[in-house]
Amino acid sequence: MHIPDGFIDPPTAAAAAIVAIGGVGVCLRRTADDLDDAQVPLAGLVAAFVFAAQMLNFPVAGGTSGHVLGGALAAILLGPYLGALCITVVLIVQALLFADGGLSALGLNIVNMALVTSFGGYAIFVVARRVLRASKASVVVASGIAGACSVVLAALAFAIEYALGGSGAASADVVMRAMVGVHVLIGTGEGIITALAVSAVLATRPDLVYGARGLRDAPAELTTVGAS
Amino acid sequence: MNVRARTRVWPFVAAGLVVAAALALLVAPHASSAPDGLEKVAHDRGIDADATDHDLSGLPTADYALDGVAEGGLATGLAGLIGIAVTFAIAAGSVWAARRVGARRTAPDPAGAT
Repeated sequence: MHIPDGFIDPPTAAAAAIVAIGGVGVCLRRTADDLDDAQVPLAGLVAAFVFAAQMLNFPVAGGTSGHVLGGALAAILLGPYLGALCITVVLIVQALLFADGGLSALGLNIVNMALVTSFGGYAIFVVARRVLRASKASVVVASGIAGACSVVLAALAFAIEYALGGSGAASADVVMRAMVGVHVLIGTGEGIITALAVSAVLATRPDLVYGARGLRDAPAELTTVGAS
Repeated sequence: MNVRARTRVWPFVAAGLVVAAALALLVAPHASSAPDGLEKVAHDRGIDADATDHDLSGLPTADYALDGVAEGGLATGLAGLIGIAVTFAIAAGSVWAARRVGARRTAPDPAGAT
Protein backbone atom coordinates (compact mmCIF):
# COMPACT_ATOMS: atom_id res chain seq x y z
CA MET A 1 0.00 0.00 0.00
CA HIS A 2 2.98 2.26 -0.53
CA ILE A 3 1.89 5.56 -2.05
CA PRO A 4 4.27 6.86 -4.74
CA ASP A 5 5.00 10.54 -5.29
CA GLY A 6 2.36 12.41 -7.23
CA PHE A 7 -0.77 10.54 -6.12
CA ILE A 8 -1.65 13.00 -3.35
CA ASP A 9 -1.09 16.73 -3.63
CA PRO A 10 1.72 18.50 -1.71
CA PRO A 11 -0.43 20.22 0.94
CA THR A 12 -2.08 16.96 1.98
CA ALA A 13 1.25 15.15 1.91
CA ALA A 14 2.78 17.89 4.05
CA ALA A 15 -0.07 17.73 6.55
CA ALA A 16 0.36 13.98 6.77
CA ALA A 17 4.09 14.47 7.30
CA ILE A 18 3.35 16.73 10.27
CA VAL A 19 0.98 14.14 11.73
CA ALA A 20 3.59 11.46 11.12
CA ILE A 21 6.36 13.42 12.82
CA GLY A 22 4.12 14.14 15.80
CA GLY A 23 2.96 10.56 16.06
CA VAL A 24 6.43 9.07 15.76
CA GLY A 25 7.67 11.60 18.31
CA VAL A 26 5.08 10.41 20.80
CA CYS A 27 6.09 6.81 20.12
CA LEU A 28 9.75 7.64 20.68
CA ARG A 29 9.00 9.31 23.99
CA ARG A 30 6.96 6.34 25.22
CA THR A 31 9.71 3.98 24.09
CA ALA A 32 12.34 6.08 25.86
CA ASP A 33 10.54 5.57 29.17
CA ASP A 34 10.30 1.79 28.80
CA LEU A 35 12.42 -0.11 31.30
CA ASP A 36 12.60 -3.40 29.43
CA ASP A 37 16.10 -4.04 28.02
CA ALA A 38 14.79 -6.79 25.80
CA GLN A 39 12.98 -4.23 23.64
CA VAL A 40 16.14 -3.26 21.78
CA PRO A 41 16.80 -6.56 19.98
CA LEU A 42 13.09 -7.40 19.83
CA ALA A 43 12.28 -4.16 18.06
CA GLY A 44 15.06 -4.91 15.62
CA LEU A 45 13.66 -8.36 14.99
CA VAL A 46 10.05 -7.26 14.52
CA ALA A 47 11.08 -4.53 12.10
CA ALA A 48 13.37 -6.86 10.15
CA PHE A 49 10.72 -9.55 10.05
CA VAL A 50 8.05 -7.15 8.78
CA PHE A 51 10.49 -5.96 6.11
CA ALA A 52 10.94 -9.52 4.91
CA ALA A 53 7.23 -10.29 5.13
CA GLN A 54 6.40 -7.24 3.01
CA MET A 55 8.43 -8.73 0.18
CA LEU A 56 6.09 -11.71 0.01
CA ASN A 57 3.26 -10.52 -2.21
CA PHE A 58 0.42 -13.04 -2.43
CA PRO A 59 -2.19 -13.03 -5.19
CA VAL A 60 -5.71 -11.86 -4.47
CA ALA A 61 -8.49 -11.63 -7.05
CA GLY A 62 -8.31 -9.98 -10.46
CA GLY A 63 -4.63 -9.63 -11.35
CA THR A 64 -3.86 -8.01 -8.03
CA SER A 65 -1.53 -8.92 -5.21
CA GLY A 66 -1.18 -7.89 -1.60
CA HIS A 67 1.35 -8.06 1.18
CA VAL A 68 1.13 -7.81 4.92
CA LEU A 69 1.43 -4.40 6.50
CA GLY A 70 2.49 -5.78 9.88
CA GLY A 71 1.38 -2.92 12.10
CA ALA A 72 -1.13 -4.95 14.07
CA LEU A 73 1.37 -7.77 14.53
CA ALA A 74 4.04 -5.37 15.72
CA ALA A 75 1.60 -3.75 18.15
CA ILE A 76 0.46 -7.07 19.58
CA LEU A 77 4.04 -8.20 20.10
CA LEU A 78 5.56 -4.95 21.34
CA GLY A 79 2.68 -2.64 22.20
CA PRO A 80 1.33 0.01 19.80
CA TYR A 81 3.97 2.72 20.41
CA LEU A 82 6.98 0.50 19.77
CA GLY A 83 5.08 -1.37 17.06
CA ALA A 84 4.41 1.83 15.14
CA LEU A 85 8.09 2.77 15.49
CA CYS A 86 9.18 -0.53 13.98
CA ILE A 87 6.93 -0.12 10.94
CA THR A 88 8.13 3.47 10.55
CA VAL A 89 11.72 2.22 10.31
CA VAL A 90 10.65 -0.35 7.69
CA LEU A 91 8.95 2.36 5.63
CA ILE A 92 11.94 4.68 5.82
CA VAL A 93 14.32 1.93 4.70
CA GLN A 94 11.96 0.97 1.89
CA ALA A 95 11.66 4.56 0.65
CA LEU A 96 15.36 5.38 0.91
CA LEU A 97 16.97 2.14 -0.26
CA PHE A 98 14.37 0.29 -2.32
CA ALA A 99 12.44 3.06 -4.10
CA ASP A 100 9.25 1.71 -2.52
CA GLY A 101 6.99 4.55 -1.43
CA GLY A 102 7.60 8.12 -2.57
CA LEU A 103 9.89 10.34 -0.53
CA SER A 104 7.35 13.14 -0.43
CA ALA A 105 4.67 10.55 0.39
CA LEU A 106 6.62 9.15 3.35
CA GLY A 107 4.45 11.02 5.84
CA LEU A 108 1.29 9.60 4.25
CA ASN A 109 2.72 6.10 4.27
CA ILE A 110 3.80 6.38 7.91
CA VAL A 111 0.33 7.60 8.88
CA ASN A 112 -1.43 4.80 6.99
CA MET A 113 0.86 1.84 7.47
CA ALA A 114 2.52 2.58 10.83
CA LEU A 115 0.22 4.73 12.94
CA VAL A 116 -3.23 3.65 11.71
CA THR A 117 -2.42 -0.05 11.57
CA SER A 118 -0.59 -0.21 14.91
CA PHE A 119 -2.95 1.89 16.96
CA GLY A 120 -6.12 0.99 15.09
CA GLY A 121 -5.16 -2.67 15.01
CA TYR A 122 -4.23 -2.68 18.67
CA ALA A 123 -7.51 -1.04 19.66
CA ILE A 124 -9.45 -3.71 17.79
CA PHE A 125 -7.26 -6.38 19.38
CA VAL A 126 -8.06 -5.09 22.87
CA VAL A 127 -11.79 -5.04 22.19
CA ALA A 128 -11.75 -8.50 20.63
CA ARG A 129 -9.72 -9.89 23.51
CA ARG A 130 -12.16 -8.45 26.00
CA VAL A 131 -15.10 -10.03 24.23
CA LEU A 132 -13.48 -13.47 24.07
CA ARG A 133 -12.66 -15.59 27.11
CA ALA A 134 -9.09 -14.99 28.31
CA SER A 135 -6.82 -17.65 26.83
CA LYS A 136 -3.95 -18.04 24.39
CA ALA A 137 -6.47 -19.09 21.74
CA SER A 138 -8.43 -15.90 22.15
CA VAL A 139 -5.22 -13.87 21.81
CA VAL A 140 -4.60 -15.63 18.50
CA VAL A 141 -8.17 -15.07 17.27
CA ALA A 142 -8.12 -11.44 18.39
CA SER A 143 -4.80 -10.99 16.59
CA GLY A 144 -6.28 -12.30 13.36
CA ILE A 145 -9.28 -9.99 13.59
CA ALA A 146 -7.04 -7.03 14.41
CA GLY A 147 -4.70 -7.79 11.54
CA ALA A 148 -7.53 -8.04 9.04
CA CYS A 149 -9.25 -4.86 10.19
CA SER A 150 -5.99 -2.89 10.33
CA VAL A 151 -5.52 -3.30 6.58
CA VAL A 152 -9.02 -2.01 5.85
CA LEU A 153 -8.41 0.93 8.19
CA ALA A 154 -5.23 1.76 6.31
CA ALA A 155 -7.12 1.61 3.01
CA LEU A 156 -9.75 3.95 4.43
CA ALA A 157 -7.02 6.34 5.53
CA PHE A 158 -5.73 6.44 1.96
CA ALA A 159 -9.25 7.02 0.68
CA ILE A 160 -9.60 10.00 3.02
CA GLU A 161 -6.24 11.39 1.87
CA TYR A 162 -7.34 10.96 -1.72
CA ALA A 163 -10.60 12.75 -0.99
CA LEU A 164 -8.60 15.64 0.48
CA GLY A 165 -5.85 15.90 -2.10
CA GLY A 166 -5.98 13.15 -4.69
CA SER A 167 -4.51 13.95 -8.07
CA GLY A 168 -6.62 11.72 -10.27
CA ALA A 169 -9.92 12.35 -12.01
CA ALA A 170 -11.70 9.52 -10.24
CA SER A 171 -14.17 10.53 -7.59
CA ALA A 172 -13.36 9.98 -3.94
CA ASP A 173 -16.11 7.47 -3.28
CA VAL A 174 -15.21 5.36 -6.33
CA VAL A 175 -11.65 5.20 -5.02
CA MET A 176 -12.86 4.43 -1.49
CA ARG A 177 -15.03 1.54 -2.63
CA ALA A 178 -12.28 0.13 -4.83
CA MET A 179 -9.65 0.45 -2.10
CA VAL A 180 -11.81 -1.06 0.62
CA GLY A 181 -12.94 -3.86 -1.66
CA VAL A 182 -9.48 -5.10 -2.55
CA HIS A 183 -8.11 -4.51 0.92
CA VAL A 184 -10.78 -6.65 2.53
CA LEU A 185 -9.21 -9.48 0.55
CA ILE A 186 -5.67 -8.47 1.42
CA GLY A 187 -6.72 -7.99 5.04
CA THR A 188 -7.98 -11.54 5.16
CA GLY A 189 -4.48 -12.68 4.25
CA GLU A 190 -2.96 -10.35 6.82
CA GLY A 191 -5.35 -11.62 9.48
CA ILE A 192 -4.37 -15.22 8.86
CA ILE A 193 -0.65 -14.42 8.79
CA THR A 194 -0.91 -12.27 11.93
CA ALA A 195 -2.72 -15.03 13.79
CA LEU A 196 -0.14 -17.60 12.70
CA ALA A 197 2.78 -15.39 13.69
CA VAL A 198 1.32 -14.55 17.11
CA SER A 199 0.52 -18.21 17.62
CA ALA A 200 4.13 -19.14 16.84
CA VAL A 201 5.52 -16.64 19.33
CA LEU A 202 2.96 -17.68 21.95
CA ALA A 203 4.05 -21.28 21.51
CA THR A 204 7.75 -20.54 21.97
CA ARG A 205 8.10 -17.35 24.02
CA PRO A 206 4.70 -16.23 25.31
CA ASP A 207 6.44 -13.79 27.61
CA LEU A 208 7.40 -11.80 24.54
CA VAL A 209 3.83 -11.11 23.43
CA TYR A 210 2.78 -7.72 24.79
CA GLY A 211 -0.85 -8.48 24.05
CA ALA A 212 -0.78 -11.67 26.11
CA ARG A 213 0.30 -10.10 29.38
CA GLY A 214 -1.82 -11.23 32.30
CA LEU A 215 -3.12 -14.42 30.76
CA ARG A 216 -4.05 -16.88 33.45
CA ASP A 217 -2.72 -19.87 31.52
CA ALA A 218 0.59 -18.17 30.71
CA PRO A 219 3.75 -19.79 32.15
CA ALA A 220 5.66 -18.43 35.13
CA GLU A 221 8.07 -16.64 32.78
CA LEU A 222 5.42 -14.01 32.26
CA THR A 223 5.88 -12.81 35.82
CA THR A 224 9.69 -12.98 35.98
CA VAL A 225 10.77 -11.36 32.71
CA GLY A 226 10.56 -7.60 32.86
CA ALA A 227 10.47 -7.50 36.66
CA SER A 228 12.87 -4.87 37.95
CA MET B 1 18.66 -5.34 36.54
CA ASN B 2 17.40 -6.84 33.33
CA VAL B 3 20.64 -8.40 32.10
CA ARG B 4 19.05 -11.81 32.41
CA ALA B 5 16.09 -10.77 30.27
CA ARG B 6 18.38 -9.31 27.64
CA THR B 7 20.60 -12.39 27.27
CA ARG B 8 17.61 -14.72 27.23
CA VAL B 9 16.02 -12.89 24.32
CA TRP B 10 18.95 -13.11 21.88
CA PRO B 11 18.46 -16.78 20.92
CA PHE B 12 14.86 -15.98 20.02
CA VAL B 13 15.94 -12.91 18.06
CA ALA B 14 18.63 -14.89 16.21
CA ALA B 15 16.11 -17.58 15.29
CA GLY B 16 13.65 -14.95 14.09
CA LEU B 17 16.30 -13.31 11.90
CA VAL B 18 17.12 -16.68 10.37
CA VAL B 19 13.44 -17.13 9.52
CA ALA B 20 13.33 -13.64 8.00
CA ALA B 21 16.46 -14.34 5.95
CA ALA B 22 15.00 -17.65 4.76
CA LEU B 23 11.83 -15.86 3.69
CA ALA B 24 13.86 -13.33 1.70
CA LEU B 25 16.10 -15.92 0.04
CA LEU B 26 13.67 -18.75 -0.56
CA VAL B 27 10.16 -17.31 -0.73
CA ALA B 28 10.52 -13.74 -1.97
CA PRO B 29 11.77 -14.78 -5.43
CA HIS B 30 8.46 -16.59 -5.90
CA ALA B 31 6.28 -13.76 -4.65
CA SER B 32 3.51 -12.51 -6.90
CA SER B 33 4.60 -9.78 -9.30
CA ALA B 34 1.05 -8.55 -9.87
CA PRO B 35 0.46 -4.93 -8.85
CA ASP B 36 -0.64 -4.52 -5.27
CA GLY B 37 -4.09 -3.31 -4.33
CA LEU B 38 -3.23 0.38 -4.30
CA GLU B 39 -1.31 0.22 -7.59
CA LYS B 40 -4.13 -1.65 -9.29
CA VAL B 41 -6.80 0.78 -8.09
CA ALA B 42 -4.57 3.71 -9.08
CA HIS B 43 -4.01 2.25 -12.52
CA ASP B 44 -7.66 1.36 -13.12
CA ARG B 45 -8.86 4.80 -12.00
CA GLY B 46 -6.19 6.84 -13.74
CA ILE B 47 -4.62 8.13 -10.54
CA ASP B 48 -1.15 7.18 -11.76
CA ALA B 49 -1.46 8.98 -15.08
CA ASP B 50 1.22 11.50 -14.18
CA ALA B 51 3.44 9.15 -12.23
CA THR B 52 7.18 9.69 -12.52
CA ASP B 53 10.05 7.45 -11.51
CA HIS B 54 11.04 7.36 -7.86
CA ASP B 55 13.79 9.86 -7.06
CA LEU B 56 16.03 7.09 -5.78
CA SER B 57 15.26 4.44 -8.37
CA GLY B 58 18.91 4.46 -9.45
CA LEU B 59 20.12 2.88 -6.22
CA PRO B 60 21.51 -0.67 -6.52
CA THR B 61 18.79 -2.10 -4.29
CA ALA B 62 15.87 -0.29 -5.93
CA ASP B 63 12.77 -2.41 -6.48
CA TYR B 64 14.12 -5.18 -4.29
CA ALA B 65 16.62 -6.51 -6.83
CA LEU B 66 20.35 -6.18 -6.28
CA ASP B 67 22.12 -4.73 -9.32
CA GLY B 68 24.89 -6.75 -10.86
CA VAL B 69 23.44 -10.11 -9.87
CA ALA B 70 22.36 -11.94 -13.00
CA GLU B 71 20.11 -14.54 -11.42
CA GLY B 72 16.78 -12.92 -10.58
CA GLY B 73 15.94 -14.95 -7.51
CA LEU B 74 19.35 -14.36 -5.98
CA ALA B 75 19.15 -10.64 -6.77
CA THR B 76 15.88 -10.50 -4.85
CA GLY B 77 17.15 -12.58 -1.97
CA LEU B 78 20.33 -10.55 -1.52
CA ALA B 79 18.43 -7.28 -1.69
CA GLY B 80 16.15 -8.71 0.98
CA LEU B 81 19.09 -9.64 3.20
CA ILE B 82 20.46 -6.12 2.93
CA GLY B 83 17.06 -4.72 3.86
CA ILE B 84 16.71 -7.08 6.82
CA ALA B 85 20.14 -6.15 8.16
CA VAL B 86 19.68 -2.40 7.71
CA THR B 87 16.17 -2.46 9.16
CA PHE B 88 17.30 -4.47 12.18
CA ALA B 89 20.19 -2.11 12.83
CA ILE B 90 18.15 1.07 12.54
CA ALA B 91 15.18 -0.20 14.55
CA ALA B 92 17.31 -1.63 17.36
CA GLY B 93 19.60 1.40 17.27
CA SER B 94 16.71 3.83 17.46
CA VAL B 95 15.18 2.11 20.45
CA TRP B 96 18.58 1.92 22.14
CA ALA B 97 19.21 5.61 21.50
CA ALA B 98 15.73 6.61 22.64
CA ARG B 99 16.19 4.71 25.89
CA ARG B 100 19.59 6.29 26.47
CA VAL B 101 17.99 9.72 26.15
CA GLY B 102 15.12 8.63 28.39
CA ALA B 103 17.43 7.25 31.06
CA ARG B 104 19.36 10.50 31.19
CA ARG B 105 16.11 12.41 31.54
CA THR B 106 15.00 10.49 34.63
CA ALA B 107 16.66 11.25 37.96
CA PRO B 108 19.46 8.75 38.79
CA ASP B 109 18.63 6.11 41.39
CA PRO B 110 20.77 6.71 44.52
CA ALA B 111 21.00 2.93 45.11
CA GLY B 112 22.77 2.62 41.76
CA ALA B 113 20.29 0.16 40.28
CA THR B 114 19.44 0.61 36.60
